[in-house]
Order: sequence, then structure tokens, then C-alpha cells
Amino acid sequence: MLNPTRFDNALNTLGAWLLALLWLLPLLYAVWSAIHPSEFSARFDLLAPLTTDNFSKAWSAAPFPRYFLNTSALVLAILIGQIVLCTLAAYAFARFEFPGKDIAFALVLVQLMVMPDVVLVENYRTLHRLGLVDTLSAMALPYMASAFGIFLLRQTFKTVPRELEEAARIEGCGSFGVLWRVYVPLARPVYLAYALVSVSHHWNNFLWPLVMSNSVETRPLTVGLSVFASTDQGIDWGIINAATLISSAPLLLAFLLFQRQFVQSFLRAGIR
Amino acid sequence: MNTRRQSVTGWLLLLPAAVLLAAFTHYPALATFWHSFFTTPRANRSARFVGLENYELLLEDPVFWTALTNNAWYALGTILPSMALAIVMALWVNRQMVGRGWVRLAYFTPTVLPMIAVANIWLFFYTPDYGLLDQVRSLWGGAPHNWLGSQETALGAVVAVAMWKEAGFFMIFYLAALQQQSPELREAAALEGCNRWQFFWRVTFPLLMPTTLFVLVNAVINAFRLIDHIFILTRGGPDNASSLLLFYIYEVGFKFWDVSYAAALTVVLLLVLAVVALFQFGVLERRTHYQ
Repeated sequence: MLNPTRFDNALNTLGAWLLALLWLLPLLYAVWSAIHPSEFSARFDLLAPLTTDNFSKAWSAAPFPRYFLNTSALVLAILIGQIVLCTLAAYAFARFEFPGKDIAFALVLVQLMVMPDVVLVENYRTLHRLGLVDTLSAMALPYMASAFGIFLLRQTFKTVPRELEEAARIEGCGSFGVLWRVYVPLARPVYLAYALVSVSHHWNNFLWPLVMSNSVETRPLTVGLSVFASTDQGIDWGIINAATLISSAPLLLAFLLFQRQFVQSFLRAGIR
Repeated sequence: MNTRRQSVTGWLLLLPAAVLLAAFTHYPALATFWHSFFTTPRANRSARFVGLENYELLLEDPVFWTALTNNAWYALGTILPSMALAIVMALWVNRQMVGRGWVRLAYFTPTVLPMIAVANIWLFFYTPDYGLLDQVRSLWGGAPHNWLGSQETALGAVVAVAMWKEAGFFMIFYLAALQQQSPELREAAALEGCNRWQFFWRVTFPLLMPTTLFVLVNAVINAFRLIDHIFILTRGGPDNASSLLLFYIYEVGFKFWDVSYAAALTVVLLLVLAVVALFQFGVLERRTHYQ
């Protein structure tokens, strides 16, 4: 009764495949219209001629190289900031006793709910007052102290045996030496997982950069893509889809190459 | 180390993160409350205390109610189907089958795509007459339909995109939970003469409960936070039929520059998130994934 018959098995496999096909359909559709001339955008003819025109047109129609540079800088700045700040804070929470520790930790966790983009109007006011509108710092700063990163690293640091720390102290390490020589190396897989999630989250982030950037010099890919798609007069789907694929390509390729790490990281990270 | 040095070092380590958290999480949350009791400062006159006036405005603002109702439907329409699909997907790819890796890949791919890119692709999907959806429908003689441009279907079209984007992400949590379930449960159930339907509802599903609650919390937060695709697909239209709370806050704050009213609206959003937080810490206690 409990073990499926061969027929059931085949039916389930078929269902899984059909759903997978349905799930890939939007992406396949985008690829189709990007690699064919526009008259075939919505006509499915297997003999339709292939072309790379759409990609070169999209690439030259908007400052995509600049957008790539902006996004890369933004993602990298956020990641470095997060790793440094979260490591220090997590170390404090995991291994130090200080007055107000529990309250401080609860206050950190508040950010899991009140993310910077939920209170975007006030954050805009703050950064406007600091004269930072339309800068990379403004787009990166609110995300650097990540509650999730602090939480994740604190949990990891807590599993490190105290004996290792004591051994390092006997060798003459101070607090920073212990952090650098013992805790950080042992948490390497967690850093990798966190980095993958952080990079993919901020590569794709849109609302906050949209609010904070208003020039080509700061605009990241997602905002650039939305500007490109909305100002395009002729609505040439081939070109828009080519631009869409260009912007998603780095993450998509990284994902195809490192599938297992991606899935593991997202799993480990849960909340981004 | 003595206690004094411990405290000093501890606080010093925490300081950089604490400053940024205070500046971009705690201060704005409190400032939102504070500013919601004032008028918006304009060039010629500064902000004036008006008590609850912004909230009275809010209660009488039909767009606010539309956005809030839409958001409730959006949440309901996204969360339940995407979680149900996630379970089905996880059950499917947890079995032995041909091309299992490919199928998993297909389900998970939407998660790594930017929502803006996804929206561009789906916009093409929904294009009246020319888009794929109408082309498929025309095979059965369906008339072209303006999916994003009509009141009845705009919200549903937006929901479908979010569902497609999220199901694969939720799937990985279910898959991980399924892989931890002991195969002996299956053997025991087989001895009891349990059929597969009973096995799912009486064994598998209850054991997935912590995962379900964890995913639920995330799904609810996302339903109020993830609005990127609205910018591309409908811009909240037609006539606010697909406007969501955060999108309306964005419009009020950055298109009409009425920051005080935006603050009052943000307070509502913060209240929604507070309810989610209470649910998480009250009901879920610490049974979730992040242990």
C-alpha cells in the first residue's frame, strides 16, 4: 500500500518534469526572444535564424558596463562591511560578558523584522541630512550591520570549544589574536554561505538603490535595467530580454556552476 | 580576563555594528512614530504638531484601504499556493527519479534571478495578444486579454509572479526537513497498513510543522516587503488595483513627498511586522531553523 506502484512512480516523475518545464518556461522564453530577430519574438519557428544583435544593441543602448561596475562595488562594499562588523559583534555576543548584553542582542534581532527598506522614508531623511544621497555609501551603509549575520556567526562561534581559545591564549594571543587565529578560520564554511546569500540578495536588491541613486554613476544594474525597460520607446522585446539576461547572467552562471553551495547556503541562511 | 576588561572589550567589539543598527533600524523606527504626529515640512514653513491628524487622514483614504486589502489578498494568494507547491516539489525531488538534479535546478532557479529581471520577462508573458499567455489561450479560441491592465486580473497576475519566484526557495527548506525524516517511520507505517495519503497527513506533514511555521513567517514578511515587480508590471495600477502597502508608502514618500503621511503609513506596516514578530517569538518559541 505504502510503496508506490511503477505506474504511480512514472506519473509522479512526469508531474515533476512538467512542473519543472513550466518553472523554466519564463526563462526559456526570454532566451528565445533574445537570440532571435524581433519578428520571431512571439513566433516559435525552430528554423528561425539565430542572432546576437539583441545583446550588442542592449549593451550599447544603456551604460551597462558602468551599471556592472556600480553593482559590483556595492555588493563588495556591503559584503566586506558585513563580514567585519558582524564578526566583531558576534564575537562579543558569543564570548564576552558585559552589562546589557541580553538587551543589546534583542535589539539586534529587531532588524530581522524592521529591515532598512521598510523604513525607507526615514532612512532617506537621515542620509539626505548627511549629504549622502546618490552615493555608494548611502546604498551600502544601512545593510552593513546585518542582524542575520551577527546571529549566524554568534551561533557558529558558540560551538567552538573553549579549549582551543585557552590554548591560543597560552600561546600569547590576545582577544583579537584569538578571533583571527581560532574563530574566523573555524567559521570559514559559514562565511562562504553567508557571502553567497548576501551577494545574491544585494545583486538583486532594487527598492533601496532606486530611492538612493539618481545618476548613471551610482545606479546599480537592477535600477538601470528598470530605467532601460521603461524608457524604451519601441518596446523591442528581443532587446529588453537580452538586457534582462545580461543583468542576471553573473548570478545565474555562478548558480549553475556552484549549485550545491548555493542551495546549502540559502538553506543555512534562511532569512537573508 | 577580569570582568571590567571583559565589559569594555565586549562593548568595543559591538560598537560599530551597534552604531549602524541604531542609525538605520532603531532611530528610523522611532522617528517614524514621532514624525507621524507632525505635518510635512515644506520650504516656507516647518513641521507643525498635529496630533492624530495623519491617522484620521489615513482612515479616510480609500487608496490606503485598497492597498491594505490588496496586500492581504496578495499575502494570502502568494503564501498558501507557494507553500503547497513547495511541499509538492520537495516530495517529488526527494524521490529517486530520472533527471532529479535538473528538476531541482529548475525549481530553484527563480530564487537567484533579480525580481526586476523576472518582472521584465513576465511582462512579456502577459502582453495582450502578442504575449505567450494569450497565444496559448488563442489555441482554444480565447480572446486576447489585458492581464495587467484590467482591474480584475492585475493583482492575480502579480501574485502569480511572486508565487513562481518563492515556491522554489521554500522547497529547499522542506527538502532538507524531508531528508532528515527517518526511513524507519515508513516501515513502521507500512506494517500498520497505512496508505500513502494517510502517511503524508499523519506522519510526514506533522513532522514538517516546524519547517512550515518557519517558512510561513518568512513568507508573510516577504509578502509585505517584496514589491520590486510592481514597479515593472503595473506601477500599482490600474486605479490602484495592484497597489501594495509598501508601494503606496514609496509613492506617498517619494512621488508626492508627503513624508509625514508616509510615516503614518509606515507605522501601519511596522504594526503588521510586529504582529508577525509576536507570532514568531510567542507561538514558535525557538523551534525554528535558526537553532
